[in-house]
Order: sequence, then structure tokens, then C-alpha cells
Amino acid sequence: MTERFKIAIVGSGPGGKSAAARAAEQGVSHVLLEAAPHLSNTIYRYQKGKHVMDEPGILPLRSPLPFKAGSREAILKGWDDGVATLKVNVRFGHEVSKIHKTEGGPFAIACSNGAKFEADFVVLGIGLQGNLRKLGVPGEDLPQVQYQLDDPGEYSGETIVVVGAGDAAIENAIALARQNNVIIINRKDEFSRAKKGNEQGILKAIEEGSIECFYNASPDKVDKLPEGSRKRMRMLLSTDKGKAQILCDRVIARLGASAPRSFVEACGIVFPNKDPASVPAISPQYESNVKGMYIVGALGGYPLIKQAMNQGYEVVEYIEGRKVEPADEPLLRDKFKNMPGFTTVTAALDKVQKNVRLLSHITPLQLREFMIDSEIRAPRAGETIFERNDYTNSFYSIVEGEVLIEVDPQRKITLRKGEFFGEMSLISGRRRSATVIAGNQCVMVETPRRSMNKLIASVEAVKREIDKVFIGRAILSRFSPESTIEQIADVIESARIERFKAGDTVFNEGETGDALHLVRVGSLTISRNIGGKEVVLSYVPAGNYVGEMALMGESKRSATARAAIATETVRLDGEAFKKLVARTPILKLRLQSEYRQRTTANLQMQAMPTGGDIISFLIAQGAGEATDILLIDESLCVRCDNCEKACAETHGGTSRLDREAGPTFAQVHVPTSCRHCEHPHCMKDCPPDAIHRAPNGEVFIADNCIGCGNCERNCPYGVIHMASKPPSKPGLLSWLLFGAGSGPGEAPYDAAKKKDGAVEKKAVKCDMCKDLKGGPACVRACPTGAAIRISPEEFPAYAQSRR
Amino acid sequence: MHDSFLTHARKRWLWASLVLLSGALLAYAWHDPIGPANGGTWLGYTLGTIGALLIVWLMLFGVRKRTYANRVGSLRGWLSAHVYLGTALILVALLHSGFQFGWNLHTLALVLMLLVIFSGFFGVFAYLRYPALMTRNRDSASRQAMLEEIADIDQNALALADGIDRRIHAIVLRSIENTRLGGGVWAQLTAHDSSDLALAQARQMLEKREVEGNDAAKLSTREMPTMFAMVDFLAGNADDKQSEALRKLIDLLSRKKSLAGRVARDIQLQSLMEIWLYFHVPLSFALLAALSAHIIVVFFYW
Repeated sequence: MTERFKIAIVGSGPGGKSAAARAAEQGVSHVLLEAAPHLSNTIYRYQKGKHVMDEPGILPLRSPLPFKAGSREAILKGWDDGVATLKVNVRFGHEVSKIHKTEGGPFAIACSNGAKFEADFVVLGIGLQGNLRKLGVPGEDLPQVQYQLDDPGEYSGETIVVVGAGDAAIENAIALARQNNVIIINRKDEFSRAKKGNEQGILKAIEEGSIECFYNASPDKVDKLPEGSRKRMRMLLSTDKGKAQILCDRVIARLGASAPRSFVEACGIVFPNKDPASVPAISPQYESNVKGMYIVGALGGYPLIKQAMNQGYEVVEYIEGRKVEPADEPLLRDKFKNMPGFTTVTAALDKVQKNVRLLSHITPLQLREFMIDSEIRAPRAGETIFERNDYTNSFYSIVEGEVLIEVDPQRKITLRKGEFFGEMSLISGRRRSATVIAGNQCVMVETPRRSMNKLIASVEAVKREIDKVFIGRAILSRFSPESTIEQIADVIESARIERFKAGDTVFNEGETGDALHLVRVGSLTISRNIGGKEVVLSYVPAGNYVGEMALMGESKRSATARAAIATETVRLDGEAFKKLVARTPILKLRLQSEYRQRTTANLQMQAMPTGGDIISFLIAQGAGEATDILLIDESLCVRCDNCEKACAETHGGTSRLDREAGPTFAQVHVPTSCRHCEHPHCMKDCPPDAIHRAPNGEVFIADNCIGCGNCERNCPYGVIHMASKPPSKPGLLSWLLFGAGSGPGEAPYDAAKKKDGAVEKKAVKCDMCKDLKGGPACVRACPTGAAIRISPEEFPAYAQSRR
Repeated sequence: MHDSFLTHARKRWLWASLVLLSGALLAYAWHDPIGPANGGTWLGYTLGTIGALLIVWLMLFGVRKRTYANRVGSLRGWLSAHVYLGTALILVALLHSGFQFGWNLHTLALVLMLLVIFSGFFGVFAYLRYPALMTRNRDSASRQAMLEEIADIDQNALALADGIDRRIHAIVLRSIENTRLGGGVWAQLTAHDSSDLALAQARQMLEKREVEGNDAAKLSTREMPTMFAMVDFLAGNADDKQSEALRKLIDLLSRKKSLAGRVARDIQLQSLMEIWLYFHVPLSFALLAALSAHIIVVFFYW
């Protein structure tokens, strides 16, 4: 039987639930469909007692359901109570498998349990977690076939089959093997997809025999055995050696989740491009390209709980035909009040979009969000916007007036209304290449890195336009600052962007050179084959070029260029570049002088091949993407841990570096400590956008961190962890004379142990002591001079110093 | 780049100390006091004041080390100055005394000062020599990783021994129970490692058996009782499978022995780099007390 409602809400996360509650409050016919047996599965699955924060604090909450920062339990209880009080029509265990719009009629919604619904409007609030992948074989829904494991200690003495080869499967298998007989089924012949530690752990367990493993095996069928059998069920497998049968009590399949994107696309919603970071375009009323289908929450690009709850409320108002001032209206009004001639938010938004061509490609809702993240700047003429060599990475669009780009003191370029700047540092992750000074009546929009990257990922036209301008400006500033864009049009025309993975070769020694590469993102190493061994001679960071030697006379490549990390280059065609050289005599001189310098440096490195080994070692540790890395000379380090103590003492009691961990080569030790990457992995997915880069390059976490732990998971170097604030320490004398509290350098008493309930934990990482005058405390506290911080540009000099 | 505390800022503090010393020596040579040189002349008072201030300042290093946000110079610079000026103090104090010694409080202060300084010299030696040895000994493994591997080997050895014979199992179990790493100061400093030596030597026994056949049974039972039991077992009633397992067991135990040795050495090096501080710091407080007494005595009772 098909039930009919006005609004069907899919997913009971903050957005969906808030929409359903608003509909219930207003007496609108609705149904809330949730796949799990409880509300808000994502938050439900947070660890027990986790402190949930309510960023952004300035945004007012607009929902019939309560939400205030607090423990997971308190928040879930508040929602459960609210949903019960408002008599929300919620259906648990209803996983929506298909939605389609009937011709001229309502939406038809089918659930995987067979239930069917019809609705005039659909609100999608399914988030980004996706549905857990199932075994895909008969018997996949048997009660003893599980797709999650909350507490491995719950089972003992059972024979358990774990299916999967990822981190979750391995962690479960190892935990279960303590009290159970565990068999792991791997579709492939290795566990390379897992983290290093997990891979080692499972291989060790298999070798020891505590876990049995079937490689190259896939399940065919799971059967329930008759009552009274010794085991509860039987799994049939195909392996490369034929069929196999396992008798077991339980199957735990950890096969990951299918991203919701394919489901959303099947509903008819269009994504702007293939980029996994892109989100579907929605109108200011959260309506997608499918009329009547709305998107709220993380799926629409709003990852914070409060934002999603507000959208849930608003979307019901819009469906009911009521006009609501968006919750962000006061925020926008506040932003725009600096703008000369400001009247209304709508007028101001129109003006921005009309004047800045780059922003004309985006939807009104995207523009609103873009503006909330951005700042309006109206600097006085002559004011400096940023300095050359600053490490800032925000992006500026000029709404009115003009700015002066000071490449060097003699040469200034004027940019006018509608143009943008700051894209160089945004893309390369490196220092600003020029100083920018405000001109007359200048009004600009300053956008932080994350919002700009999100926009570039979601709107193809924006990406195209920025890339085009980037290439032109990069060629101009690097090779021919005397020319104009028009004069080098042929070179720009021939240029294209190439991408390389870490370790890929850009070109090989001995090849015929037909192009020059300007490094745009990442970095390269230059190496030569000396005595059958590849010796690294130099390191080329973003903003520099390689391959000009082969174009300047020598026809063969004299060395191999290899990507040190994921790298993008602008490839300039050899012929077009030769023409540019021919008509710009000064360029030839400049290239020749740089060529001489490089050859001398390379020869010096070649004379001491061990130096190249140190560079190779550092690059292998991921130092190629660093901007500043802590290195310890183990022949000087007396293991006093004063660096860690200094870090803890100057940063609220938690050390952000682990001296002992990390590899060592030729007495050079790379401790576990932040390298302040060019494109920080930690920034990738920070819901409150709390991770920033300071002008001197320090990547730091601001106070609006919500403690979600994404950065900790995303950092490949393990330098971020979650910590609560420890109690303050006594003064030196009262500690020394009276033994009050813990002394300087001693671990503070554990704050978490004393208090009951949720302790607020936030992410902590190295901020390179940006707030301390005098530089990083770890280096300054090293008594023997073992600790230094250097940037990759200094690697060749460093390697030479360590002969 | 990396710069040791001895070469800090182009040895600035070495030069400063040399200037101080040559100044003191020149003054001492030039000065012609009434009577023998002693602390009571104007030069004696000057050198004494310099020495006392130096002692107080040198002790402030401990405070500077613990004020992590302090911006007055880097800690490396402070250590450099601490070492060079501390060394210079020997001569400053000797010149101050005019080389007069006796069984009194004043000489006690001098002796304490020399003890502090010479314990410091050991510290400098330890800081220069042991870090590189430590890295080499670790061979890219952390101490924790080595300890974990030892625990793993113990587990595997037990499992293996269990499959061979009850007696062998008992021997291995005893060897595991006897493994102690670290411990008291003396055990740490001497790299004492009590994992069963006899077991590591089992390999030799096994080889011997292959050469001499059953002659191994003639080994003195008094020298290596546990070993004898194993070799006797091999020689007597072990089948091929068992001797294979035993060989594997012996390999495991040898690996453990070498690991345990490395861990003990690691602990030894670490404790050598720390032990001198347990003399240097308390003695410096004793010196401070003796110095205060010395000053009070000379001003009030002389």
C-alpha cells in the first residue's frame, strides 16, 4: 500500500529532523524516513560522551528542536524528546532505495524493505556518510551477518568471519581475535589499502596463526545451519584454488560505504563535475534542479549541525510558501556594512556578481555562502593588502576601484574592477610573489582558501578562468615581466597544465627535450644517474621551472626531473618558448645566468653523493611538501626531551611533537612534528574552517575547533591529536619548596581523570610558536643545538653541511 | 644548520672566557700585594666577586632551562656560556685563593666547586660521545619496538618449546622469567642483562653435536645444567622434526639475546647521559651553601 504525504524527508540527521519537526509543529502532512533504528545515525555513532560543539557561535538557531553544545547523550536526548513531543511521523528502518518523479504527479519513493510512499515534495538530508556496503550475495541479510561492530568485547568463543581488507575490517579482526577464532576474507592478495600499522598488525597475526586468512577469495553464499548444529552458519567461498566452505557463528563484513552520490544522481540531481568534493547546485530556497526536491545539510555543502537545522526549518517554510529571511541575512548585512553605498543585502550581492565576472558563474545560494565566508575590504588608497613573501593564501576579487601589484619596486601593474588576485599563493601554497597595495576607491572581497577551493571544485567555469589567468601571469612574472599578456599570447596558447603523482617522472635524463615545465603546485627533484645509482642533485619548489637547459642549446635532457609529491606543472611548448627567447634578449641573458648557477650547484652536489642520499631520505619522509620541518641531529641530541617539555609548557600542557618517533638516516632524525605543508592535509575537511595559515607560514588551529577529529585522521604524518586543557601549574618556587602540583617540564595531572562526564577535547597541533616572540620553543629549548627547523629549499645546503 | 653548543655563535663564549682568563692572569702577574697573594687584597676581592657572581649565574642555568617561554638568548647559547665560563671559573677561583689551601671551610668550597666543574666535564664528554653511539646501537628501531619484539619472541619461543618437550618448555619459561632489563642505577649503568646466557650459547652446542656426534653428552653437567638438558635431549631421543624445531628455537633465543643486549646498552647510554646530573646539581647546591658560609665568615669573623 502506498501512503501519501505532502512532504517526505529522507534522513533524520540535523537537517531532516529539524524539517520534520517544523512540519509537525505546523501540522503539515509529512513523513521522516530513516534507515537506522534511531535518529541521527552519524551523531549517534559518535563515541560515548563526546562533547559536541555548536559552531558557528554567531549564527542563531532556528528550529523547533533544541541544540546547544554538550555531550552526545544530552543532545541526542533533547532531539528524541523533541521529536516525541511534537509527534513527528518518523519511520525507522526505512532505507530509501529509489525516488522518482511521476509525470506531472507526486514523487514516488520506494524503500528497500518494500514500503512505498508518495509525496509532493522531497527533502534530502542524507549527509555524506553513505550506506554501508553489503555482501551482495544470498544470505547477506541474515541476523548474524553484521556490517558494523561497536564493541568487540561483546563476543567470545565464537568463530567469526570478517570480510574486507580495509582498516575497519583489520581493526575488527584483530580486536575480535583476542577472544574468538577469526577468519578474514580478502578479495585481493594483500592488505595494501590499509594504514601501515594495521597492515603490519594483520600480517603478523596471520603469520602467528591467531587469524586465518583467505586471500583472493570472495563469498558466494551464506546459509543458516539447522538448529543443533555445532556452528550457526556456513559461508561458501570462491578462491583462486577453488571453492571453500567455512562453518562459523557470525559474519562481520566491513566493506565501506557507498558514497551517496550515485543515489542522488539516480534521483535526477546533477553534480557540476566529477570532483568528489563538488556538491549539487541548489537555489536560495535549497531546491535542486529537480523541481520539488530539496537538499539540506552536508550533502548540499553545509557540514555544521546548526546550519543544517536552520535549513531544515527554512525549507519547510519555503515549501509552505512563506518567505523567511534566511538565517544568514543579519550576518551578510554585517559583512556588507563596510561597503560604500550599501543599501540592502540583495543589492549588494547583485553588485558583487555584476562587477566580478568570475562570480557571475555561481548560483545565488553559492554566492551567499561565499560571502558569509568572505570579508568585504575597503582599504584606503596606499594601504598594503599583503606583502611579498607573506604566507597568506586568501583570494581577492575587486568589486570596485583598483589595486597596484608591486612585483618589484620599479614595476607596478594595475588591476581594475572585475579582476582578481591572490590566485598564485592559493594554487601553489607558497609565499606571496608580490606586494599588493590598494588604489583609489578600492572595494574587494577577500575569500579564505577553503571557500575558494570549494568553489573551484564545484564550478568548472571558475576553475577554467582562474587557471587561464594563472598561466598567463605565471609566465609573465617568471620569464618576461617586461612584456604584456598580449605579447606572449602564443606562449600562453601553447601552455597546458600537467599533473604528476609523487614519484612520477616529468622527463628522463637523455630524452630529447621539447618543453619547459613551470612548477605550479608541489615540487620536483632533479637527479642524475651516477654509477648506476640515482643521485638527487637539487629540489625545485613551486614557482620555479625545469627543462630550460635542453631548450638552450643542449638537445638532450641532462638530468631526470621527478615529482617529489603530487605536483602540477605548466608545460610550455619548446618552439613557442624558443621564439619568446629569440625576441626577448634580456630573457636569454637571465636564463643563462640561472643556468650557470644551477650547473655549479649540481656539480657541487655531485661531488658528494651522500648529500643526495640525505635529500632522497627527506623527500621519502614527505618533506617535499613541507614548508618548515623539524630535524634533529642525533649525534647532538642527548635525548633530554627538553624540546617536548618546552612545547608542552608553552602550549597548554600538551606537547605537539614526539621526538623519539620517526625515522633516522645518517644521524638525521625526522621526529613526528608538523611540517606546515604547502597544501595542508589537515585543512581538507574542517567543518568550522578552524585551520588557517598565518602570514609567516604557520598552520594553526583556531579556537572555534569543534573537536571532530577530521584533521587528526587526514594528517598523514600523525602530528595532530585531540587533547583537553590540563590544569594550570604552580610557580617555580612553590613547586620547588612546597611540592605544589607538577613542576616545569613534568606531565600535568590528568584533567580527564578528575572530572566526570564529557571533557571538551579539541585538536592540537604545532603552531610554530607563532605567538611567542623568538621562534619555535622546541628549537630554542634544545641545549645542544640538535634541533633545527628548515624549509625544503634549504635541503641542498643542509645536505652539504652534513658531510 | 646544526650547530653544537661548543661551536655556538662562532665560539663566542670560548673567546669571552679566554678574555676573562687572560685579564685575570695578567692582573695576577702584575699585582704585587703586601704579603702573599690571597683573597683579602683588592685583586683577591675582585676575583672573588667575579667568581661568586659566576657561580650564582651558572646555577641560574637550571632556572633558565625551565622557563620555556624565556626569550633571553637560546638555551644552546646559555649552555655554551655555562660550559666555557664554568671552565674559566677554575682559574678565577684559584687565582682568588692565591693558591693557599688548608683544612678549612674555604678550601671545602673550592673542592666542592672543582667537583661540580669536573662532573660537568663528564657531562660535556657524555653529550659529545654518547648520542651518536646511541643512534648506532638502536639501528633505526625505537626502544619500545625492541621491547615489543622481545615480547613477541618470548611468545613464539614458548609456543615452539611447547611443541618439543615439557622439559624444554620449562627451560624457556624460566629464561623468560629471568629476563630483566634496566632496574636500579647500577644495573642500568653496567648494561646488566640477565636474559639466560646459556640459551644463546645453545647454537654452539648444537653445532658441536653435529661434528662430534653424541660426544656432546660428555659436557660437564655442572657448568650448564639447563643447556645440558637441551643438548642431551637432542642427542638422545629427539627426532628430526624436534631437532628442527629446537634449532629454530635456538635461533629465536639468539635473536632475543642480541635484542636484549641492545636494549640494555640503550638504557646504559641514556643513564650515562643523565647520571652525572645527579652529582652535578646537588653538589652545586652544596657549593652554594659553602660559598655563602665562606663569604659570611670572611666578612664577619676574619
